[in-house]
Amino acid sequence: MSTEAMRLDRWDSRAFRVIQSFAVRYGLGIALIILWEFAARKAGSIFFAPPSEILHRAATLWLSGKPQRLFLSDSVFQDVLPSIFRLLLGWALAVLIGIPFGILIGRSRNLSDLVNPSLQFLRAIPGPALIPIFIILLGTESTMRVTLIAFGSVWPILLNTIEGTHTVDPVQLETARAFQIPRHARLWRIVLPAAMPKIFAGMRVSLALAVILMVVSELVASTSGIGYRIQNAQIMFLLTDMWCGIILLALIGYTLNLLFLKFERHVSAWHRGARGQTTT
Amino acid sequence: MRELSGAAETGAGFGHSRLFARPSLLSRAAIALRVAVGVFIFFLILEFVTRLELVPPIYLPRASTVVRRMMELLHDPKFLSHVLATLYAWAVGLGLATLISVPIGILIGTSELAYKMSSPVIEFMRPIPSVALIPLGILLWGQGFSMKVILVAYAATWPILFNTVYGVHDVDPITVQTARCFGLKQSAILRRICLPSAAPFIFTGIRISASIGLIVVIGAELLASADSGIGSYILFVSSNGGQMDSVLAGAAIAGIIGAIINSGLGLIDRRVFGWRYLGAPPS
Repeated sequence: MSTEAMRLDRWDSRAFRVIQSFAVRYGLGIALIILWEFAARKAGSIFFAPPSEILHRAATLWLSGKPQRLFLSDSVFQDVLPSIFRLLLGWALAVLIGIPFGILIGRSRNLSDLVNPSLQFLRAIPGPALIPIFIILLGTESTMRVTLIAFGSVWPILLNTIEGTHTVDPVQLETARAFQIPRHARLWRIVLPAAMPKIFAGMRVSLALAVILMVVSELVASTSGIGYRIQNAQIMFLLTDMWCGIILLALIGYTLNLLFLKFERHVSAWHRGARGQTTT
Repeated sequence: MRELSGAAETGAGFGHSRLFARPSLLSRAAIALRVAVGVFIFFLILEFVTRLELVPPIYLPRASTVVRRMMELLHDPKFLSHVLATLYAWAVGLGLATLISVPIGILIGTSELAYKMSSPVIEFMRPIPSVALIPLGILLWGQGFSMKVILVAYAATWPILFNTVYGVHDVDPITVQTARCFGLKQSAILRRICLPSAAPFIFTGIRISASIGLIVVIGAELLASADSGIGSYILFVSSNGGQMDSVLAGAAIAGIIGAIINSGLGLIDRRVFGWRYLGAPPS
């Protein structure tokens, strides 16, 4: 075989490998979308709009604005962005409350045992069941929605921080105390780093929870937001609009999770090095 | 695996670490006493805050009023039938999710190809909040039992699926190879090695899903104004003259049921799979 042919052959096999890995990774998804498209067209059911129609509708709903606003339509500014803002604000509050209290409680074994049942109880209260109370106490504005998101998503962070604080190596802590390292330095240098993986796991769970609570908070007494749009579409029987909203939520959840993983990997890179293994 | 493995770490509560760190120092009676004292202090704090009456008691009733109302509700056969309706839909949905996601999880966990092929689809479907499907569920299945069951099954599928995948992936490869050397068939390896070693993970998934599922049922009942269930009771009393003591009592009973289910499953977990925590320490 000539060198020319060999090079071609090698190129071919590399191209083949790229195509193959692409097909393996996205093949199933693409196949499912095509299947859905054909099935929806054939069945003609109003409940399951074909993906092409959903895409078209999504473009008119959200990308029909003026060029100077990046083609984003009014609905993006009235519903989508405020929703995401409330979601992030509520989650940030949960993080800011959950981690300090978690460390405070977790530092004492007795205190953790004492509050554990109450925390388990509070966590198990379904968020929607508290909406009536929240509306009475805080009205129907953004404050109520952000508070609901924060209240519902604080528990995984709090519980995981408590649990993470328990995993601190007592020898390290005793050593630090013997060397008279001040309290706040022990907290920042020993306790927090040791608890970090658990805290991150909790933060990630609560981020997913915050997306759910964002929708929950918008399904009741609301006039804007993604959740409100989905519910409104149901009442008006606009099923394509509803699918658009559902898929938008999936995209938001997916992106947030991805960003969080990137952030976590960035922050906790040292940890994997310190333990010599991957710990998620 | 990194994306998926996070799911396995978020087992609820912190009972495991205690078992590992402090074996049998506290007798059971002392633990029970501590739980009782903790709950009592919690109640006292709530009672104190609600007695300050920062908000009129019609809107935010006293903790003792809510507890009294809870006692009444627990003797009310009508309310108990709501509780049963909720638990029934929850159990069926959870069972359905287990039946669906354990086989799929084993398939994805054992075959690298299946794992690669399915992960983008799963990663895209998972973040869809179950509550966002309530409007669709109402249109497709109405406001009754099947809508609730399907929503619970959807929400409960993911933790079980991820934990199953993780558990099957985590099987000691040397054990599998040894079994293969001794001529065990693929099905026997699956049944006698993979499943037993993945079982604790699967159970953790079911336990996480059980808590999520209960919240989803009650949420669906409330938001879809279902015909029965704790959620529909809460919706009824809140829209009928805003009886806040009943709203809070219903929510608190839901919370207690959730906590009982979670700690009950945790107890079973430690009883049945205790060896997992005593053998090699979970890193």
